[in-house]
Amino acid sequence: MSSVARTGLAQTARKGAAPKPPSLRGMFRALISLAVLVLLWAGLSALLADPLRAPGPQQVLPALFQGVVSGEILLDLSATLRRVGLSFVLAMATGTAAGIVLGLMPRLDRWLDPWLTVFNTIPALVTIVLCYLWIGLNESAAIAAVALNKVPLVTLMLREGVRVLDPDLAAMAQVYRMGPLARLRHIVLPQLAPHLVSAARAGLALIWKIVLVVEFLGRSDGIGFRLHLDFQMFDITGVLANALAFVAVMLALEALLIAPLAARAARWRTQ
Amino acid sequence: MIALDLTAKSFGATQVLGPMRLRVEPGEVLGISGPSGAGKSTLLRILAGIDRRFEGMLDAPGRRAMVFQSPTLMPWRRVIDNVTIPTGATTAEAAEILARVGLAGLERRWPGQLSLGQARRVGIARAFVGRPDLLILDEPFASLDAERIEDLLALTAALIAETRPAVVLASHAEHELATLATRRARLDGRPARLIEAQRERVRAGS
Repeated sequence: MSSVARTGLAQTARKGAAPKPPSLRGMFRALISLAVLVLLWAGLSALLADPLRAPGPQQVLPALFQGVVSGEILLDLSATLRRVGLSFVLAMATGTAAGIVLGLMPRLDRWLDPWLTVFNTIPALVTIVLCYLWIGLNESAAIAAVALNKVPLVTLMLREGVRVLDPDLAAMAQVYRMGPLARLRHIVLPQLAPHLVSAARAGLALIWKIVLVVEFLGRSDGIGFRLHLDFQMFDITGVLANALAFVAVMLALEALLIAPLAARAARWRTQ
Repeated sequence: MIALDLTAKSFGATQVLGPMRLRVEPGEVLGISGPSGAGKSTLLRILAGIDRRFEGMLDAPGRRAMVFQSPTLMPWRRVIDNVTIPTGATTAEAAEILARVGLAGLERRWPGQLSLGQARRVGIARAFVGRPDLLILDEPFASLDAERIEDLLALTAALIAETRPAVVLASHAEHELATLATRRARLDGRPARLIEAQRERVRAGS
């Protein structure tokens, strides 16, 4: 690769992919946008005038507040979050290891690629039901079911990251006899970081959709279980209050945990 | 000293390099010219220990350094870390050599903030900081304008004179070869062979 092409590449990477730090104006716009959404919701519910089937924020927000104060929602949230956390770590570790192995061994990869496609296509519900049937209606089955749904996705994304590792930098590390740990830390991981962040993002989005189904079907605590109860009681206000609490926590997780990590990994591109 | 006794180097069924013997003493600069695609880079990668899939014997010293055709810096590490991390040099040593190559004050920059000429200087600083026994230069001044090449040539010549590694330089530019090389060779043919220029000519010049 010519040096001119290389610097050109570095520059486009710098301009293109770098995530911008959230500006004050951007946050303000997001707040206004959300406020408009809540107003629309309130307006629609007032128009329908059926608080049982179409509760507005004036019913849901007090219910949410009630749940938080009584500690009920917090208990369920913490149960759900624990499952999200455990299955997230499990899936990231397994998927990353598998992705690196497949990326480094193209011959093995050609043989296993169809498996990945098959596993990636199995509907989440099938995995969940099978885990409960095989392992039993317990916590291990729940966490395994959530994690298994995410592993193929992480594997695919990390395999791609390993495939595009820069051979020139590998040669440089070899000439200067960098040790395996130094290579991993300074050469390989920085190149995999964007792929890890994408996999974490996509994986978290997948996990928090699946975890509720897992709880709905076979757990006796967690937001998914609470939704199950609300469903049987035809309590739409309860469904919305639980959903709201869950969405708020997940958005906070993304903003406070994943976004700063992503920004740190991309620090060198933004300057 | 570096010694290579090569029987053959092939990629698949295609033999790229034919039999050749190559010796370079400390302080010597072997300048290799030859048409594009003749196998100069392949030969240099063998000498640097990057490519070990060849038939023959390589006897090369442990402390090696290479300046690549593209600067080949880690864009996610600051300039000074690009010198210290691969070589194990201390921060003080790295700062000193960076000042020597004219990059004082830029130690905390990211490589993406440098011009191509500055990035090449970082590559040269990285190569010399560990006082290598063997130094491979693969088109180290490619795509720079004439004025900058002149500066870098003088700098490189001075650093070679100070640290006295065995140097192998591949270049298309006659001027670069004439300035740095103490011996000349040409790589040509299919599979390529190394033809050493008459030593008398160089000796007469020195």
